[in-house]
Amino acid sequence: MAATLISWGFGHGRGTGPQAAGIAVIAIAFVKIRYVILDFMELRTAPLGMRVAAEAWCVLVCVTLILLYGA
Amino acid sequence: MPEVGQLSHAANPAVERRLPGEAGIWIMIFGDMMVFSIMFGVFLFYRRADLALFESSRAHLNQTFGLINTFLLLTSSWFVAMAVQAARAHRARAAVIMFRLALACAVGFSLLKIAEYTQKVRAGIVINSNDFYMYYYMLTGIHFLHVLIGMGVLAFMANYVADGKFSAIKVGHIESGASFWHMVDLLWIALFALLYLIR
Repeated sequence: MAATLISWGFGHGRGTGPQAAGIAVIAIAFVKIRYVILDFMELRTAPLGMRVAAEAWCVLVCVTLILLYGA
Repeated sequence: MPEVGQLSHAANPAVERRLPGEAGIWIMIFGDMMVFSIMFGVFLFYRRADLALFESSRAHLNQTFGLINTFLLLTSSWFVAMAVQAARAHRARAAVIMFRLALACAVGFSLLKIAEYTQKVRAGIVINSNDFYMYYYMLTGIHFLHVLIGMGVLAFMANYVADGKFSAIKVGHIESGASFWHMVDLLWIALFALLYLIR
């Protein structure tokens, strides 16, 4: 919840330039997504392969999107 | 037939690693998330080609609706997680209430989404207005379809858990439905960031 508000603040360009803010917004979104996957979808305690795949997906997609955004 | 209560080890997940729900739902979730990941990438790729257009169009989106909808889906997801806990503890009444609360949040999301689309169309902004709005309608539209399917699942679950008979298979079905709903939530988190927030 707090992360959503921080993202929203960044989205309004508070504090930083739009570029850094955009990267922060994407990164924060994926931190939230990771927690939804680990704690709501319960992959934290899933068989290790599944947990690793989920974590890898989060990192891979997050980094790819940040690069495409224009890091 | 698995015995009632066979899933009690789920209360102590440290004992045994297990995947909630059925394998099939995870294949579906995996496929869906791959498709959405590609669409997110495509959106950002074409965004770079016309930053000015994408930014001026983004500025017309209703950020307040987007923000409230993010909270609604997160809260809804939390209620569903609580419903699963209740089902594992064989507390039917609590599970019904949690699924209904989750559904109420989803109804709120849908009403806001419809209000948002109405606002856009009234302002003359439709799917072929420009490239940004094409992605906006396509991505949020496909996501909204998932929300509608998820609402059907939540409504079904609220009835499904009401009889209080929780076999291991039944808890598995409940976990599958819940996992689908969490996916709908996390896809929105990404959509909100990419469409509404980044400049």
